[in-house]
Amino acid sequence: MEENKNVLEVENNSETKASAGTDKVKITGSHKKMKGGDLAFNICNGIFMVLFCVITLYPVLNTLAISFNDGVDAMRGGVHLIPRLFTTENYEIVLALKGISRGALISVLRTVIGTILALAANALLAFIVSQKNFLFRSQLSLFWVITMYVNGGMIPVMILYKNLHLTNSFWVYVIPGMVSGFNMLVMRTYMEGLPYELQEAAQIDGAGYMKIFWNVITPLCKPIYATVALFVAVGQWNSWFDTMLYNRMADQYTTLQYELMKMLSAVTSLKGNASAATTGQTVNITPISVRAAATIITMAPIVALYPFLQRYFVTGLTIGGVKE
Amino acid sequence: MAGDNKKKGLAVTKKELIKQKVLVIWTVVFVIYGFIFYYLPLVGWLMAFQNYKNKTGFFHSKWVGLTKFKFLFSDATFLRTIRNTFCMGTLNLIFTTVMAIVFAILLNEIKSSKIKKPIQTISYLPHFLSWIIVTGILSDALSSTGIVNEILHNIGLVKDTVPFFSIPWLFWPIVTFAHLWKETGWNAIIYLSAITSIDPSLYEAASIDGAGRWDKIKHITLPGIKSTIIVLLIMNMGNLLNAGFEVQYLLGNGLVKSVSDTIDIYVLTWGISQNDYSLGTAAGIFKSVVSIAIILLANGAAKRAGEERLF
Repeated sequence: MEENKNVLEVENNSETKASAGTDKVKITGSHKKMKGGDLAFNICNGIFMVLFCVITLYPVLNTLAISFNDGVDAMRGGVHLIPRLFTTENYEIVLALKGISRGALISVLRTVIGTILALAANALLAFIVSQKNFLFRSQLSLFWVITMYVNGGMIPVMILYKNLHLTNSFWVYVIPGMVSGFNMLVMRTYMEGLPYELQEAAQIDGAGYMKIFWNVITPLCKPIYATVALFVAVGQWNSWFDTMLYNRMADQYTTLQYELMKMLSAVTSLKGNASAATTGQTVNITPISVRAAATIITMAPIVALYPFLQRYFVTGLTIGGVKE
Repeated sequence: MAGDNKKKGLAVTKKELIKQKVLVIWTVVFVIYGFIFYYLPLVGWLMAFQNYKNKTGFFHSKWVGLTKFKFLFSDATFLRTIRNTFCMGTLNLIFTTVMAIVFAILLNEIKSSKIKKPIQTISYLPHFLSWIIVTGILSDALSSTGIVNEILHNIGLVKDTVPFFSIPWLFWPIVTFAHLWKETGWNAIIYLSAITSIDPSLYEAASIDGAGRWDKIKHITLPGIKSTIIVLLIMNMGNLLNAGFEVQYLLGNGLVKSVSDTIDIYVLTWGISQNDYSLGTAAGIFKSVVSIAIILLANGAAKRAGEERLF
């Protein structure tokens, strides 16, 4: 880490010199103070960025180091970026836990099924709303935009799901959130930006709406489909509150995030209620290193994938933002 | 809608309707789905005016008028949760907005993309982690053996370790920091894209006039992204009361309950643990109504100031 920091600073310094040089050429030397001011600015900026990156990365890397460190040894503290007593035991313990492996399976399933369903539904809805000649276009659009701002709240929603028999079932993860006003808007904006002539040509050739949707629009919408799919997938993978509300009685449907929360909160509640804590809670403590291993397992899929996928995220955010 | 079309009595409309048969069928499907999952819960708001019991259900529970609301606003715990939600929401909104703008501007000042790209990639990372993970690693960092206590101890600021999660006045700053850590890089994306759309000739002209880095930031960059800032502020203000749940639930504990409990946690405890659905619903309604009022007010204020607005 220390080395990294130096490299960054060195690069930053050379950068400073380079830009100060160009400025000098441009401004033809009439402002002598500029060079000094720019240098100071770049140094401060460099320090800020280095600090920012260290604060962002350190806790994650620290958790990684602890997850590979011997449990008893880690309790002493002082493990930073490199494990002091290396072991893979923590991962073996975590992966052997029934809740974790089953939770991981449910998390994968909800992410895959939920993403496919949401993508199909939002794309179709966006397509309908993007049809310029469609008779109920504006009404349907408004119907969904309203849902972005008004919602029934936790309790009525829970009672509804109970009555629909969605609680204590896997389907509560993928059915209720399938269509969302926001995703629909993002996709609609993209579809409306496509050249209309393509669709017209297909219509003249006698293609029906579904055929146009599937054969003309969908191939052109791959980037926006990818964006929405990624948003939905990350949301599915990371959500835990729905598990707690609707499925905490159904052990077979709890997710990885929820299992991780159970592991972590056993410690938090002990730490917090130190005065009120019953002695029985001590039994629940999971060693810090095992918790770290579970944390790393839970974040691994996202950390592994997001650097490759980030451009899709950025596209989605900009389109969504502009639309809003 | 259908009535309107009939009134026009145009054969064209009928023909259109037949032509658009597939679209109409799918529209019906989507309206039914949306009605069930988004509009039906609104009917559930009526529960707040009942003494809802699981046994009697929605149709046979006793109507009690505003009793639940009266109880709510005489309950000191609820009033405290309003304060907590509002204060934490405001702190988060102010600090995350300012920090995102500062980060975007400073990142934009780095001209080499070789340095810029990796920093940006690092800055998004926390956004994609769940709150479970974020609060988990945050409480490790702030624990008695964590890095923060270690640093404080090593520079001699404190003798003993600081029990961060047992000190009530530290809770709000910790929550704000958690939001800063998670969202700064992500929120900055939209400001960065706004900055890139500023006309570069403005900067060139300013350079010729002898403007320094700070002058350019103050007089070109900030005014250039002003409308983006205002639109995002209005949007986020609608979420002011929504921002108070996961972190507080995960980081809160018995010792800081008086400052950590938010409206949503109140709903959760009363509605789900205590089974008083009516009271929970009433608290939820209060939150929704205030959220909509805030967004309308903010929008109106922006309109009057002649600024960009949402609608």
